[in-house]
Amino acid sequence: MLLIRCPYCETERPELEFRYGGEALLERPKDPALVSDDAWTAYLWTCKNPKGPHAERWRHVHGCGRFFNAARNTVSDLIVSTWRVDDSPPANFDGGGA
Amino acid sequence: MTQPFRLPSGGRIDRARVLRFSFDGRAFEGHPGDSLASALLANGVHLVGRSFKYHRPRGIVSAGSEEPNALVTIDRGAGRMTPNLRATQIELYDGLVATSQNRWPSLEFDIGAIGQFASRLIPAGFYYKTFLWPPRAWKHLYEPLIRRAAGLGKAPGEPDPDTYAHQFAHCDVLVVGGGPAGLQAALAAAAQAESVILCDEQPEPGGSALHDPARASELSDLLAKLRALSHVRILQRTTAFGMFAQNFVALAQRLSDHIEPSAASGPRERLWQVRAKRIVLATGAIERPLVFPGNDLPGVMLAEAARIYANRFCALPGKRIVIATSADSAYEAAGDLRRAGAEIVAIVDAREGRPIADDFNVIAGAIIDTKGRARIEGCTVQLADGSTLPVDCDVLLMSGGWTPNASLLSQARGALRFEPILQTFVPDVLPPGISCVGACAGDLRPQGDASRPIHPKAFVDFQNDVTSADIALAVREGFRSIEHIKRYTTNGMATDQGKTSNLNAMMIAAAERSVAPQDIGATTFRPPYTPVTFGTFAGASRGELFEPVRRLPSHQWAKAHGGVFEDAGQWKRVSCFARPAETMRDCVNREVLTVRKKVGVFDASSLGKIELAGPDAVDFLNRIYINDFSALAIGRCRYALMLHESGVVLDDGIVARLAEDRFHITTTSGGIGHVLQHMEDFLQTEYTDLRVWLTDVTEQWATFAIQGPLAGNIVQSLLPDAGLSQASLPHMSLRELVWNGSDLRLMRASFTGEAGFEINVPSVQGAALWDTLVDAAERLDGCAYGLEALNVLRAEKGYIIVGQETDGSVTADDLGYGKMVGARKGDFVGKRSLSLPHLAAKGRKQLVGLLPLQLAQTFEEGAQITQAPHPASGTHALGHVTTAFWSATLDRFIALALLEDGRARIGQTLHVPMPAGAIAVQVTSPVFFDPDGSRLRG
Repeated sequence: MLLIRCPYCETERPELEFRYGGEALLERPKDPALVSDDAWTAYLWTCKNPKGPHAERWRHVHGCGRFFNAARNTVSDLIVSTWRVDDSPPANFDGGGA
Repeated sequence: MTQPFRLPSGGRIDRARVLRFSFDGRAFEGHPGDSLASALLANGVHLVGRSFKYHRPRGIVSAGSEEPNALVTIDRGAGRMTPNLRATQIELYDGLVATSQNRWPSLEFDIGAIGQFASRLIPAGFYYKTFLWPPRAWKHLYEPLIRRAAGLGKAPGEPDPDTYAHQFAHCDVLVVGGGPAGLQAALAAAAQAESVILCDEQPEPGGSALHDPARASELSDLLAKLRALSHVRILQRTTAFGMFAQNFVALAQRLSDHIEPSAASGPRERLWQVRAKRIVLATGAIERPLVFPGNDLPGVMLAEAARIYANRFCALPGKRIVIATSADSAYEAAGDLRRAGAEIVAIVDAREGRPIADDFNVIAGAIIDTKGRARIEGCTVQLADGSTLPVDCDVLLMSGGWTPNASLLSQARGALRFEPILQTFVPDVLPPGISCVGACAGDLRPQGDASRPIHPKAFVDFQNDVTSADIALAVREGFRSIEHIKRYTTNGMATDQGKTSNLNAMMIAAAERSVAPQDIGATTFRPPYTPVTFGTFAGASRGELFEPVRRLPSHQWAKAHGGVFEDAGQWKRVSCFARPAETMRDCVNREVLTVRKKVGVFDASSLGKIELAGPDAVDFLNRIYINDFSALAIGRCRYALMLHESGVVLDDGIVARLAEDRFHITTTSGGIGHVLQHMEDFLQTEYTDLRVWLTDVTEQWATFAIQGPLAGNIVQSLLPDAGLSQASLPHMSLRELVWNGSDLRLMRASFTGEAGFEINVPSVQGAALWDTLVDAAERLDGCAYGLEALNVLRAEKGYIIVGQETDGSVTADDLGYGKMVGARKGDFVGKRSLSLPHLAAKGRKQLVGLLPLQLAQTFEEGAQITQAPHPASGTHALGHVTTAFWSATLDRFIALALLEDGRARIGQTLHVPMPAGAIAVQVTSPVFFDPDGSRLRG
């Protein structure tokens, strides 16, 4: 069971308190009506699924209820850092591969 | 004479007390301190089981948790029968009842053993190659037959009466293993750490020192020091069985299985979930068997195991002993066994560099055959010059050297490397925070390697009956990776996970492939280290405590009035309220007709409820639902649909406007969790500009529906001063009132097609209001109705249920609700997807009604719909039935369905194939009753 630091509660809590929320740092088009079918479909369904650092969303669902972002290494399964949705990713985070 | 092989003195057993036990119905005696295995050996019993595949007679091989053969069933009374326990780990108690497994009719004479004459016919991959065709035969013929013939113990049938506990713990240092290295490590850690936990799978600490009289004082000294430290916790009978991320370790502690059942109390086992800053693995090493033909006969044991039985348990495995070895440690065993009274007939050492031991008959050579049927009687030694020498014996001990016990390290993703000097794999790269000490770290006596002949009776994995010939065959057939060889031969895949067999299998595979051992690599160990009972994992989460139960405010009333309960998620909902001698169908029909003709009351409190507040509430709703709420007046309600971003229907409900900036929202009963998650997700991460707050008020409001032509009478009598009329409270409007001193939210809304209301009161008032409503309804010849009647009533009106008419592929237009999409408003969740080609395409499945042409015919929800009554195999279905009910109102069977181009097919005759034959159906509008909605206005 992973230990995850909630950046809002500022405590490290067991994974049981959290719910996974999929890939992070995805930008919903400002006006979806203006994007092509392909671009919209890619936004909906195309995931990075990298080997290594991965930016993902978690929700402290059995705590403060907030969504936040986490950098998890998909090889070691360790969460390297977490940050609030309105903060920037850590400087050394490479963005989760291509 | 009892216990003929018991030594007269020494060891760690209490000869002053006699324990009686039975094995396969035969009575034996032993002493406190015995394991079942040691007590059997003291009584001269070696044959304890039959093997998994070939039913070969098998004996005790080891003295610990690595035991592959000696699996038995322990019966501690009704519901307390445990199969597949290792006799080497079972502590003897008075009255213990053990039985052997996988034999019929008896251990000595086993019908299944006939299989061993055919053993050459069951090589690796046999099942994959043989039972291929026809496919049905696998399920009905081959698998049941194989399962009956090959197997382990039988699972108990009765409920488990024992209790199990869970405990979380945090510590600075967790030491796994209570041998000398582990005890030293715990003592060293205690000098700096604030908290230390040491867990050990044995009944008492000491590990290898327990059978080494020379280390007795060192051991008692260490233990005295450790026990004086209050911040060191020692857990005996506790197996660390799983290593997880960030030093999270699962321990299974056995609390009462070693006590006779009548004296045992408290939990049977405890699951510890330990988070440790550092972990020290002191798990020791496991002795390897040697691979030679007939190495599985009872009486063939590991050399150190024999030493343990003699020194610690004072049970001499045999009197004429031959030792085959490639490790120095076997010479110590030889010395101790001779001192205990056994004759060491010969030590057969495979190594060039064997030690000088003039006082033993040391032979340079290897065992090439054994003699005996259910017990070894002798063996054949091949000497260095190639000549052979027959030797008689009653026990043959083997030691192929030692392998560090790296199961937990492997689980923690540590890496091993092959150490040529020791001819085994030792820890190499350790994960952060984990260290290894003692034999586990590769601190071993000199040892070498012995040959592993390829032979169909030279066993590698005793528990899964895998031989060296099987592994050679897998390599010949092209398997290269040791992980694939493992899966194909099943070597190391039994309950013992190949603790004694994996290294031999790797070495054989390496030799057959002509590659170096380090290039073939080691297989991965997985949790659990040894089997763990389901009870340990379940803990207290059984029966009523398995999951929280959510009860409706009317629960007690329903229990007293024939309520038939059904589970809907965590909710206990009521299907119907059956009167005496009433069948369920009659009951549902009565409830449906009562609602249509008089009035019915329904407890809808499980509906999800959200209170939405904030100045941007309308904006938020417009972005989350497909409807346009800009023009929704205060006090009015709207039926609303919510889409997933992919355009499919996610949920539906009613949105009621309480004030300029305040809304009361309902969701489906099962949907509240993910609907709120969905809303919060967009609010927190996309629509961060909106000032809106969401609160789940499902538990705060009790909700009752009052439906039927007389519904207005009930509401009028309940709230006489509210001045309610069709004009002041029209359909789909809401009023906040006071009843019995509490807030009340009254909504005119209907999920039945009848004139109706939904009343919300604070949950604490729920039971009182329910009683009042039922009382009022009954005075008007009305009744309470349940979920079944509700489903019929809404189906008659073609109202959908999300999750019944929708399945994650259905859009609003598919349901006929396309016009609800707010045309004038901007973007909302899912809107962009509605114009994607696959959602906008023609030929999508649409909601329709189906009526069987013959009134008596019925079919099931989920049934397929086809053009022809008997379509050719491979024809794709046009759609499927989503809802099917007997309609009491219409006195006929009705169904809703999703059908390709459904709205264009209204009037067509199609077919629903059922096992008894196809049923012809007419496609209709989904609204079967009161299509113009005149009844809604009462």
